[in-house]
Amino acid sequence: MTLTKLSNAQIAWRAAQDLQDGWYVNLGIGFPEMIATFQPEGRDVVYHTENGVLGFGPAPKDGEEDWDLINAGKKAVTLNPGAAIFHHADSFAMVRGGHLDLAVLGAYQVAQNGDLANWRVGSKGVPAVGGAMDLVHGAKRVAVVTEHVTKDGKPKLVESCTFPLTGLGCVTRVYSSLAVVDIRDGRFVLREKLPGLTFDELQAVTGAPLQVEGDFADLIVPALD
Amino acid sequence: MDKTLPSLAAAVADIGDGATVMIGGFGGSGAPVELIHALLARFRETGSPRDLTIVNNNAGNGSIGIAAMIKAGMVRKMICSFPRSSNAEAFNEKYLAGEIELELVPQGTLAERIRAAGAGIPAFYTPTSYGTELAEGKPVEEFDGRMYVRENWLKADVALLKANVGDRMGNLTYRLAGRNFNPIMAMAAARTIAQVSSIVAPGDIDPETVVTPGIFVDGLVEVANPQQEEVLVRSGAVA
Repeated sequence: MTLTKLSNAQIAWRAAQDLQDGWYVNLGIGFPEMIATFQPEGRDVVYHTENGVLGFGPAPKDGEEDWDLINAGKKAVTLNPGAAIFHHADSFAMVRGGHLDLAVLGAYQVAQNGDLANWRVGSKGVPAVGGAMDLVHGAKRVAVVTEHVTKDGKPKLVESCTFPLTGLGCVTRVYSSLAVVDIRDGRFVLREKLPGLTFDELQAVTGAPLQVEGDFADLIVPALD
Repeated sequence: MDKTLPSLAAAVADIGDGATVMIGGFGGSGAPVELIHALLARFRETGSPRDLTIVNNNAGNGSIGIAAMIKAGMVRKMICSFPRSSNAEAFNEKYLAGEIELELVPQGTLAERIRAAGAGIPAFYTPTSYGTELAEGKPVEEFDGRMYVRENWLKADVALLKANVGDRMGNLTYRLAGRNFNPIMAMAAARTIAQVSSIVAPGDIDPETVVTPGIFVDGLVEVANPQQEEVLVRSGAVA
């Protein structure tokens, strides 16, 4: 069965609709960073980066980079009015101290109890963790953006993670290529699913039971190139 | 009081074999390239210092800075959060060949261990890494119903930093996000040396804008128009 699914841009667009005015947000490097490009108009969101900036803006034009002004992904950024710069210990005090409204990360696996595995898939190669293990603790909401299944069709939303853990019981919401799923009391709770997909089809590619509390909605996303 | 050092060579002359050296910067931002290269030049001339433990967020990029130190064989161990960045071949090759040790520390834990050392706090509890392989063997404790991992302070013999303006008393300011680990490393080392773009007279930095107070700084050396590590890496420079 080939499933129609959302592109990464569409997943990012859907996650961006939940950004609230006045929030302080950390977007993980790579895919989660794309969420900022879909920030809804009229909502003021301040972006945090681990290397000590609040209120950074989009990348500068080619040739106008200042490489002392980068984000955690080591990409050149700009400063928005009202930005602040601080050292690394203060930056992670913001993270662990519960001051961020939202952190969004990628995932290899998310378990129904909120466990996240996103930093390595085995014991080979050079391990690198960066700020992921810090970011999953302290933010008021920890969301994941991800494909619903792996390239070879295995569920990424699982009963329990088999890859090395990043954090225990930390994820509160998953935006996948097929659905929006909350994690409540150790269970996956379905909030939205693609309209072309039946509940049973979605359940078949999800590694743990999907619960329904009241209604779930259609996951409707614009066509994005 | 005048903490000015006469040269880059003089600034790194006292670093001994087996020393733990904190190096400021996050990637190329805020990295003291000239101080690192002065240390590298000393090693190439004299074979010392060797067997160094280097503390940095990353493990070097390209063929300059920390990557050049690793390639030269003067680093025994890296303590960092993210060695697997782009152009990190120098570290990757040594690590996969078993020729360099790695202590992998979550980035916020790394920062707080450094800060704690500078503040005289031998250990602290953090939620970070609880239940993961990076917490194996570490004491844990429950506070208000949540589990936390005990982490110890991280001290160094020497810190090599990059700042922007310094006065002769060692008060420092930084440029943009080049601040990162530099101010906390300044506190955590027995001897802290900063390269600065300009050295000014005491009083020329507004006390309200000082970021690192001079009490944390032992020596400073002027490097006007310093090179930027990311720019060097992108140009393919080799140290």
